Amino acid sequence: MSMLTVYLDGIGLWSPALADFAALKAQLHGQDTPAPAVRPPAGLLPANERRRAPESVLLAVEVAGQAVQMSGYAAADLPCVFSSAYGDQLISDYMCATLAQAPTELSPTRFHNSVHNAPAGYWTIATGCHAASSAISAGRASVGAGLLEAASLCIAEQRPVLLVCSDIAGAGPLLDMSATRVSFGCALVMAPQASAHSMYRLSLSLHPHAGDQLRPAPPTGAWYEDNPISASAWPLVQNLARGAGENILAAAETLALRVVMETPA
Amino acid sequence: MSVPFQPLAVRTYTATSALGRGLDAHYAALVASRSGLRANDFSSAPLACWIGRVDGVEDAALPAAHAAWDCRNNRLAWLGLQQDHFLEQALDARLRYGAARVALVLGTSTASIGATEEGYRTLDADGRIPPELRRPLIHAPHSLAGFVAEALGLEGPCLTVSTACSSSAKVFAHAERLIRLGLADAAVVGGVDTLCDSVLFGFNALELVSPEPCQPFDQARRGISIGEAAGFALLERLDAAPQAPRLLGYGESSDAHHMSTPPPDGLGAELALRAALSRAGLRAEQVDYINLHGTASQKNDEVEAALIARTFPIHTRASSTKGFTGHTLGAAGILEAALALQAIERGLIPANLGARTPDAVCGPQFAWESEQRPVQVALSNSFGFGGNNACLVFGGAPA
Repeated sequence: MSMLTVYLDGIGLWSPALADFAALKAQLHGQDTPAPAVRPPAGLLPANERRRAPESVLLAVEVAGQAVQMSGYAAADLPCVFSSAYGDQLISDYMCATLAQAPTELSPTRFHNSVHNAPAGYWTIATGCHAASSAISAGRASVGAGLLEAASLCIAEQRPVLLVCSDIAGAGPLLDMSATRVSFGCALVMAPQASAHSMYRLSLSLHPHAGDQLRPAPPTGAWYEDNPISASAWPLVQNLARGAGENILAAAETLALRVVMETPA
Repeated sequence: MSVPFQPLAVRTYTATSALGRGLDAHYAALVASRSGLRANDFSSAPLACWIGRVDGVEDAALPAAHAAWDCRNNRLAWLGLQQDHFLEQALDARLRYGAARVALVLGTSTASIGATEEGYRTLDADGRIPPELRRPLIHAPHSLAGFVAEALGLEGPCLTVSTACSSSAKVFAHAERLIRLGLADAAVVGGVDTLCDSVLFGFNALELVSPEPCQPFDQARRGISIGEAAGFALLERLDAAPQAPRLLGYGESSDAHHMSTPPPDGLGAELALRAALSRAGLRAEQVDYINLHGTASQKNDEVEAALIARTFPIHTRASSTKGFTGHTLGAAGILEAALALQAIERGLIPANLGARTPDAVCGPQFAWESEQRPVQVALSNSFGFGGNNACLVFGGAPA
């Protein structure tokens, strides 16, 4: 089974309780962390875009910006992969409700913001990035499939790559289906070779027919279980904050992705 | 460690659209220059426009074992899988390589949002999606790939690509990387998009929908006609199917310009085209046919026609087939890849149907009528909202 090895040069993270990766590390060390702003600041967007941008875009751009800044790369040079299990659930709720009541009154702006690649679009526009950008989804495997896609792109093209995994909290009847009650996003900048910015080496390998291992554990009531990205990424994110470890996450329904994290020699 | 790009065999492929079910139905319509567009008889409220609707989707019931995935988009997927023996070929690939060694990468922009719309139209007394539609799997973008993975019994990497109208073109790039790096031995790629209120009223709100059948590259074009389609292709290494047509390259790029309008200089589209030719190791003059994105929107056609005019010689033929099928959005990439492959295999350049008075920006490369001629190399352009561009290069097997 092939192994993909990439070097992690930047990490971004945002939830209503955690403003960034540093806040997560502080929390794990038992320190108090100040609550972040109510909306992700998404400082890379021009002010007028920030006002117009939907919440899914603010969240994705915020964590992407954090990770890229930490990596030292220019955002314009990075191919990017944006993964989300549900896209913008607030816009989907608005659109389905409007279409049921008064379809001809649908907002054109909300419609073009409803595409799954809206975060990729806003990001590439804001950063002047002409590289390949993708928007993907894989249900509860959206983080693992995203990691696999981003690492494949990074190794195949021998370029650093930005991966963003994010889902916003839902609303309305759709929330019943998505069960996404909290927003969470994380972003990684990975490179094919070690550099001065490299924090960790990640070795990724696929392990098929792993349905039993991937079955979700019984819920504990922890907040991160209420979002498909954090539910899947939480063990990995904790390892990142601790600085070492290995974990398994779903890359598809029965396909496990094993992630071994080490400090580069 | 870097692994260079290697062409892949397209062992088999299929398409289902307003032109009919399977490749023969498409060929027959292309030969006759017969459009599949009809007056809108789909949306839940009246909307005066033309659509490319697939007949019989509603009757294509899923097998009982997969009933949890039932919705119109997955019915079209199921209908599409059964054409041109694609289902048998995909199951054969699973047997040959093993379920975990066949990747599945599907593009869609609508997924099954039509089912969510229906749920919102028929909320129960508590304001909830009604019990028969209360199936979380179909109210998510991954609904299509989740269903097809289950229907084909595939257990390899499985991904939904949703980059608007370039979705099912980009699937070739995603799959090629997985095969190149040894993460899969074969890949089922494709895409399905179905008509739904979201796209009909959404594009209408953007004033991009034509009240008449769409007229790509006509000087009086008035916008797009929305269609629906399903298409699939089976990609393998060349030695597994040396006589099959080939994926020779692809290019991907971002406009970095505007969410719903291309830059006037066509830079993003040009970057994707140049990257595709470079990966394929080809020069522009070696291209015989280009299936254009050609949506019949004002801006797209203007920018794309200028790009063709300044890049290709006169013997490169170009046409948009949206006048036949409508703009099938997230399925356009795979549908038009299938038509480009058909041009190679059957030597038919489809007419740029719908244009009566060509826009002045169009060069001599345009095939306003269908043409019979050998095609060894064919491109397919796909450009999506968010400035997301993909260009695919296909070639015939060496004689």
